[in-house]
Amino acid sequence: MALQTKGFTLGQLTEAKTCCEPIPHLSVHNLSVKYQHKTVLENVNLDIYKGCITALIGPSGCGKTSFLSTLNRMTDMIAGASVSGKVLFHDDNILNQPIDLLTLRRQIGMIFQKPNPFPLSIYRNLALPLREIGIKDKQLIDYKIETVLKDVGLWQEVHHQLDMTATKLSGGQQQRLCIARALVLEPEILLMDEPCSALDPISSAVVEDLIVSLRGRYTVVIVTHNLAQAKRVANYAGFFWMQERVGKLVEFGRSQHLFDQPQNELTAAFVNGRKG
Amino acid sequence: MAERLFQAGIWCAALLVLMVLFWLVQGLLDQGLAKLSVDFLFSQPQNAGRDGGISSILVATLLILAVTLLVALPLGLASAVWLAEFTATHNFWARKVRLALDVMAGVPSIVFGLFGYAFFSLFLGMGFSILSGGLTLACMILPVFIRTCEIGLRSVNNSWRQGAAALGMPKIKAVWFILLPAALPAISAGLILGIGRATAETAALMFTSGYVDRMPGSVMDSGRALSVHIYDLSMNVTGGDAAAQASALILLMIIMVLNMLAYAITDLWLGRRVLNGFAN
Amino acid sequence: MLALIIAVIIIGAWPALSSHDSIAFITDKSWYPLEGQFGMLSMLLASVLVMIIAILLAAPIGIMCAIFIAYIAPARIQKGYRFAIALLAGMPSVVLGLWGLTVLVPLINKWSPPGQSLLLAGIVLCIMILPTVTLTSLAAFKSLPETLQHATSALGIRQHVQIVNVLIPAASAAIISGVLLAMARALGETMVVLMVAGNVVQFPTGLLEPVRTLTANIALEMAYATDLHRASLFVSGLILTVLVLVMMLIASKIKSDNHYG
Ligand SMILES: Nc1ncnc2c1ncn2[C@@H]1O[C@H](COP(=O)(O)OP(=O)(O)O)[C@@H](O)[C@H]1O
Ligand SMILES: [Mg+2]
Repeated sequence: MALQTKGFTLGQLTEAKTCCEPIPHLSVHNLSVKYQHKTVLENVNLDIYKGCITALIGPSGCGKTSFLSTLNRMTDMIAGASVSGKVLFHDDNILNQPIDLLTLRRQIGMIFQKPNPFPLSIYRNLALPLREIGIKDKQLIDYKIETVLKDVGLWQEVHHQLDMTATKLSGGQQQRLCIARALVLEPEILLMDEPCSALDPISSAVVEDLIVSLRGRYTVVIVTHNLAQAKRVANYAGFFWMQERVGKLVEFGRSQHLFDQPQNELTAAFVNGRKG
Repeated sequence: MAERLFQAGIWCAALLVLMVLFWLVQGLLDQGLAKLSVDFLFSQPQNAGRDGGISSILVATLLILAVTLLVALPLGLASAVWLAEFTATHNFWARKVRLALDVMAGVPSIVFGLFGYAFFSLFLGMGFSILSGGLTLACMILPVFIRTCEIGLRSVNNSWRQGAAALGMPKIKAVWFILLPAALPAISAGLILGIGRATAETAALMFTSGYVDRMPGSVMDSGRALSVHIYDLSMNVTGGDAAAQASALILLMIIMVLNMLAYAITDLWLGRRVLNGFAN
Repeated sequence: MLALIIAVIIIGAWPALSSHDSIAFITDKSWYPLEGQFGMLSMLLASVLVMIIAILLAAPIGIMCAIFIAYIAPARIQKGYRFAIALLAGMPSVVLGLWGLTVLVPLINKWSPPGQSLLLAGIVLCIMILPTVTLTSLAAFKSLPETLQHATSALGIRQHVQIVNVLIPAASAAIISGVLLAMARALGETMVVLMVAGNVVQFPTGLLEPVRTLTANIALEMAYATDLHRASLFVSGLILTVLVLVMMLIASKIKSDNHYG
């Protein structure tokens, strides 16, 4: 039994980094985010490319999390948040009101800074989203859970204790479980908000390897404060900065270019550790 | 679809409870409202309470509450200060006392009534009296009151404590002049809630303060509390329903006012705490 | 000073304790205090049954109300509804009893006299303890980390599945302990059952039969009881207290063992 194949597969995982075709998966136009009346992010334009890893860097408070949350409309859950501009996904503007949020969020998954497994068993954590999309066949559910746990490298560690409460796992394991939980829905895009910053260095490295292994199969957008990590994993990188108390996208491009030959002085200062 | 069904179910439950509440209030207003007047408040009950008013009942209620307050306030404050300021959080005795308080807070009120009857009325020879009833109620509300005060004191900003100590202030003075005033909102909210509970209490008073509906001459007289009056009118006096409902309305109003006062004070206090920016 | 209070309570219960072995509370057939028969089983059963009816009604409705306030109600209604629940919570039990007696009893009396009954006591008690269930469950829901809701939403899980499968299980310890607290209150309540349960000492045989609970028994007979009779009333008070305390201790244990809530 094979997993449903994706509409796009970009060759072998190992060579994916080189064969990343710049096909936009999400196109962001003139995006601005306001909380109450305070604008925190203004006029962002960029494309997120299919199958690639895009890293977003910048100092705290410049609106990276806010940006990420607009991409799957998590901003709807924040009282007082308002978003303007356009985000095109499959030719639809996902910021339009009459859109099926449930479907959108199943297609665009999100990983949070702090691991947030449900206080249920490991198995239930993964089975619940599957049941929600109408998969009732127990064998299929088991199969998918096994596959996805193998994908995130947890299978070895937990297959004999799937009934254990997920909150008893270590931080790194919890975060990998959360990634597994997002992957089990077979999303097209994964948004990750500082997925390693709450983890110890070893777990962080494990999660980082996992993210790299997702390249080509999923489109990944990752916010990170670890510049070295961004440099290691990303194909594309965007740099946010506060100008007059409003977050702006200062520079966006191939990650080698952004890190090695930044065009903007601010970017240069930031990536060389002179600022931020 | 399932989503809709679920929401509908929840709305139904919520509306059901609201309807019961309206039904309740309406049931009381039904006969009670007609009976209610200024006269009702200020005249003596006649004909076993069917006619006349509730003046002596109100006086007895206030006297009982006054006794309760006079006893509970100093005792409660002293023990709360001891628990919060003069013992370490994990001190053996403090822990035992805390457990005992939490346990006592759960004791059914009728058991407090039994205890008050045996101890205050018989053993200390107070008989059926306002004093005995007030003391029983004080015992009943003390556990919760002490714990609220303790929590209030504990959440006072630590830097004030250190500041006072750095000035060479004796601890007891720091408590009196700085910490208690700072915790005042918590204390008063706790006290008002306690008084509310005492006002609503019936079972603990039935055989401590007694049934006599004459105007009490002193705290050693027996006096009938408002809640006992309602009980007596509805159970033992045929044709007393209207007067019972009118009294219930009065009782309800008193309790509502007390509760709202407590909420307002707590809100104020919470607001101030957020401004000061310290957590529990 | 606290030690004094505790000591005094024990002294207060002393006559009961010392007479405990001389009376067969359980084995005596029934409660005929004037003939020296002190069987409490029927009243204990009545107390427990009334409590069970009350909690069976109050727990689901109360939890649903908490869900309503926490997740379903529009922001504007939320506050007012909470106030209504607080109002119900502050309702003196004697007032509830009065309402039951003057409004509900005549209603039931029409098709099943005498009206005062096990079922009615359960219903009125349910109204009394419902706010306890609602307010504790609400506190439990509010203390859940927000990330839990974010995580479920980010997975595209529908709201009712979120609530039923994630949020309620996560808050379950605190909810159960709240339900136990409410049960303890129901068991210890006197006025409501005294006024609407009918006060006939008998083994409950039907929902609409009048019964007498332990608490009501104390309230009814304390005024004239003497000697052994009085001592046995104290024993019933003690039994009640122990039952209530066991429930409360379990409640606080459940709550402190769980890391949410
Ligand atoms: N819910 C909110 N309400 C109001 N302001 C917010 C909210 N969330 C974030 N902000 C503000 O928006 C700005 C950007 O925040 P965020 O997107 O979290 O930045 P980052 O993730 O880059 O650190 C910050 O100034 C922050 O104070
Ligand atoms: Mg952030």
